[in-house]
Amino acid sequence: MNHNRLSVRKTHKLYVGGAFVRSESGRALPARSAAGVHLDNYCRASRKDLRDAVVAARAALPGWSAKSAYLKGQILYRAAEMLESRASAMAEEISRYGGDAAAARAEVAAAIDRLVYFAGWTDKYAQVFGSVNPVASPHFNFTVPEPTGVVVIIAPDAPALAAPVALLASVILSGNTAVIISSETAPLPLLALAEVLATSDLPGGVVNMLSGSRPELVPHAAMHKDVNAIIDASGQAAIQACAEEGAAVNLKRCSRRALSSADWFGEAAENPYWVLDTVEFKTAWHPMGI
Amino acid sequence: MAPDGNLTLAMRAKAMFPLPSSARLAAWREAAPTVDQIMVEERAASFAKRSIKGAAKLAGLQMVVSMMDLTTLEGKDTPGKVAYLCHKAAQPIDPRYDVPSCAAVCVYPNMVRAARRFLGTDSRVHVASVATGFPSGQFPLRTKLEETRRAVSDGADEIDMVIDRGAFVAGEHGKVFDEIAAVKEACGDAHLKVILETAELVTYDNVRAASHLAMEAGADFIKTSTGKVQPAATMPVTLVMLEAIRDYFFATGVRVGMKPAGGIRTAKQSLAYVVMLKETLGDDWLTPDLFRFGASSLLNDVLMQIVKCAEGAYQSADYFSLS
Repeated sequence: MNHNRLSVRKTHKLYVGGAFVRSESGRALPARSAAGVHLDNYCRASRKDLRDAVVAARAALPGWSAKSAYLKGQILYRAAEMLESRASAMAEEISRYGGDAAAARAEVAAAIDRLVYFAGWTDKYAQVFGSVNPVASPHFNFTVPEPTGVVVIIAPDAPALAAPVALLASVILSGNTAVIISSETAPLPLLALAEVLATSDLPGGVVNMLSGSRPELVPHAAMHKDVNAIIDASGQAAIQACAEEGAAVNLKRCSRRALSSADWFGEAAENPYWVLDTVEFKTAWHPMGI
Repeated sequence: MAPDGNLTLAMRAKAMFPLPSSARLAAWREAAPTVDQIMVEERAASFAKRSIKGAAKLAGLQMVVSMMDLTTLEGKDTPGKVAYLCHKAAQPIDPRYDVPSCAAVCVYPNMVRAARRFLGTDSRVHVASVATGFPSGQFPLRTKLEETRRAVSDGADEIDMVIDRGAFVAGEHGKVFDEIAAVKEACGDAHLKVILETAELVTYDNVRAASHLAMEAGADFIKTSTGKVQPAATMPVTLVMLEAIRDYFFATGVRVGMKPAGGIRTAKQSLAYVVMLKETLGDDWLTPDLFRFGASSLLNDVLMQIVKCAEGAYQSADYFSLS
């Protein structure tokens, strides 16, 4: 074996509509470890990539939300299986940023556990959060949660894998489709997750991933009228203010996930009430005795 | 603009008329220019790579709206739907966005009366009717003419006729020519658009020849497709027809219009067509009198882009009326 060969550096692509695409802008950035070592390259998404991602998410919405709860759970569980089988590669993707190997393995394990946890909620959240209501007329009256639509998720810088997995799973389990904006300091683990999702029977467009600069992408996401909700986990006050201000354009829902880095590994990241931030409740009156 | 070779070929073809005589037609077909498939597809693709931004984009999009034949050609069309379409064509969006009205509404012959009644007699929006056994064209000439006359007397300003593609590919060019000429006569003052249904003509050479035949027979416009056969309008096929129009203009001085129809759904696509039009036929053709888009879902996408230009936020179909 020739030890002098040039290493083949990967350019991590964006994940839009089930395809691995370069940025429309043609821009790419070097990914660097904490010590400044050039690891790989990744695409820097522009606002037009965001626009394309929202179009893909909107197109995927009718198909994904119509799938049975059971099937959605199966697919999320399948993603956990795929992640498990690639656990060592994913841990390597995290640890080469400079952390220790054991911590990276623990993060992958946490991500897998989150997928399994939220997979279980797909066929349970409607019973838990929905209700049959007592009414003073001969009607069968019930309230059911329905997916809100296209959700933009702003991931925190760390943890680069465990946080986005928990955020994504809690959004798509109810039938929403998502566009996630990656960590700015460590985007590669999330972009590697795209390769897991692409082989998990998750239909293209249900999850779309963009890497790049939050200040560049968030204003357009927040003002985008075809986005129905925003989940901000960036932990940055300026980004949150920008998201909330833009969201006022069409009164889209804007929620925060204010967790510390450590919180993403514990019980705080297994929160079924997160589901409520991206569902709408529909109440139906059905006449009785007919 | 055109290479000299093309010009002489077109002139030679012109000199072989008057039609019809089957021997002359056969000779004309022999002399008709052929199309280089690779080059026409490359060149057509190049028009989609222009970067059009800001004021030029907005002006382009407004022009696209003014060139649009807003179309509904469904078995379930009702006078109510046609009235709705007329309203949308006359006033596509809130006046504050300064968007012009569409060029025409395009409907089935049975709906012409409803469209005319709704638009009145002095509307800027024309009423176009498909005719002559749309979409197949496989009907006797007598019923085609009757259908055309009725659509015109019901109030159609424009007739979109289909040619008999079976006759064309079987080599009966004389029959196709005669039918177009007869329908043109039946149109009276109404403008005639001739639909070639390019997907069924199979080759670019056939498209080029059929374009020339239609123009010679009296077409005011040539149009790609019915929208009922895939692929409908494509950039390369439209380019072939635009070049036929250009050569016909050089040979005769007559300006014939062009209407790509079917499959143009996004604002970006429509701008690429306008670029192709300008770079092939020049500024003279940048008018609804000589260029139309046949479309149903395109209008909303263009309107969404216009509002995006005005307000800065990407738009959602949720906030626009149905096509």
